Amino acid sequence: MLLCNRLRLCDGKRTDRGGHRADIPELRQGNNVITFENVAYTYGGGDLLSDVSLKLAPGSFHFLTGPSGAGKSTFLKLAYAELTATSGRVILFDRDVKSLSRDDVARTRRRIGIVHQDCKFLDHMTLAANMALPFTVSDRESSPQDLDDLLAWVGLKHLADALPPQLSGGERQRAALARAVIVDPDVILADEPTGNVDWEMSLRILTLLVELNKMGKTILVATHDLNLIRQAKAQIQARVLRIARHRVQLAGADL
Amino acid sequence: MRPPAAKPASPATRALEVVPPSGPTAWLTTFTAGAMTFLCVFALALSLASGRLANRWSEALARTSTIRLSAPVEQVQIQTDAILAALATTPGIASYRLIDDAEMRALLEPWFGPGLPVETLPIPRLIEVVEADPPYDAEGLKQRLAAEAPGAILDDHTRWRRPLAEAASRIRLLGALSIVLIGAAMAAMITLAARAALATNAEVIRVLRLVGAKDSYIARAFVRRFTLRTLAGAAVGAAAGLLGVAALPAADAAGGFLTGLGFSGTGWLLPFALPPVAAMVAFLATRRAAFQKLRELT
Repeated sequence: MLLCNRLRLCDGKRTDRGGHRADIPELRQGNNVITFENVAYTYGGGDLLSDVSLKLAPGSFHFLTGPSGAGKSTFLKLAYAELTATSGRVILFDRDVKSLSRDDVARTRRRIGIVHQDCKFLDHMTLAANMALPFTVSDRESSPQDLDDLLAWVGLKHLADALPPQLSGGERQRAALARAVIVDPDVILADEPTGNVDWEMSLRILTLLVELNKMGKTILVATHDLNLIRQAKAQIQARVLRIARHRVQLAGADL
Repeated sequence: MRPPAAKPASPATRALEVVPPSGPTAWLTTFTAGAMTFLCVFALALSLASGRLANRWSEALARTSTIRLSAPVEQVQIQTDAILAALATTPGIASYRLIDDAEMRALLEPWFGPGLPVETLPIPRLIEVVEADPPYDAEGLKQRLAAEAPGAILDDHTRWRRPLAEAASRIRLLGALSIVLIGAAMAAMITLAARAALATNAEVIRVLRLVGAKDSYIARAFVRRFTLRTLAGAAVGAAAGLLGVAALPAADAAGGFLTGLGFSGTGWLLPFALPPVAAMVAFLATRRAAFQKLRELT
């Protein structure tokens, strides 16, 4: 409950914690946060994704599966505007990515929390400073209490002053998750967040993601860990998307 | 229980912190700025000294000439009187004076030492002539001197002063050009260092972009760091350059041009402007490089 208060998400309204936005009309109206319309992505002359159409509704929980090299990471990169679709439209918060300037992309990413399998940090800064980075880069102050609570939530409070190279794989994953949610994003995109950790730590990370989803966050997790997906489906209503032959299809019934 | 948090750093300071504090380009930037500013101080000194010299020589060139009299001992005074009489009646001459033995001794002292018995040596007599405006007719005076004082030669200094004045002007120009080139070279080297730093920190930039940093924020972090490094290096270089110039021998007539190489009066203040100028060059160069590199990297 403390975390819920700190993140100020439970009442369904967004509270302006840094003056950058006080309200998200599209979410109140139930608009989709991420929409793919006939998206194709070609690299080196070959199709990685082809004719992908889907909508992620606010508060939904999706898994994205598929074999290695199927295009899961590419899909996520398209979803946070790291890549631009070769054809079709990717719409983030009602804006076509192709119409976004570089500054618009930066502003949009403040509404998207991103967690990578090989989560990167600034190694010369403490864990606490890394956690606060999304605030720092937008010239806003982070509350020390919020930082403490967030670190406690992911079980890393005792490592606040540690440097990232001193963290284990699981600690890094949880730290990346904490960094992703510190600015109260609308969407969490996680690329193989349990790829480098043991089963126990995978469950712990899953629990954190489920908690975030219950707070109203839209979650999309790319993973090939079917056990993790089954574990999640036992706790929440999650849908499973599968990339096969360059296309994305619903695969929930098979799991 | 964690200790109470220190006073929060300003956004600018925090922006600075996101760039790793050291790297292979850190010393390069500081050293380049220091070395270039050091050289710039000397180029500035050279340019200013050349300017002073060019002005002095040009002024002298425009106004003075010398009559040199070489004659048998018994003819010296007779021909000297004839020359002075001719000068007194020649229009276009503002003044003239015979260089006396004491002044002649002072002129020759750098070469022959003190106490030279000039009165016993067959040294030509010299008469300095300052022309009026409009000047005298040099050709007419030469012909008159040839008739009335055959041992007299009118030297209007043009032969040797004009090339020297032109050389001084060129040196002044070269000094100014050197300053521009040094500035451009510094900008180029800092640009290279900045681009190398950005490339080295590609992963840092990727992290910053992922958490929502705008290009302007990332560029600002690098630009501040490079500007401060350049300012520090340039300050050291300027101080070293000033000490070097101050250590040069003082200007004196005997030493001529070389000992006059330095600053005079308010000219000593000019090197203090170099560090801020270097910092501005670094700011502009790094900013341009940063935005270019950011577009390439992400």
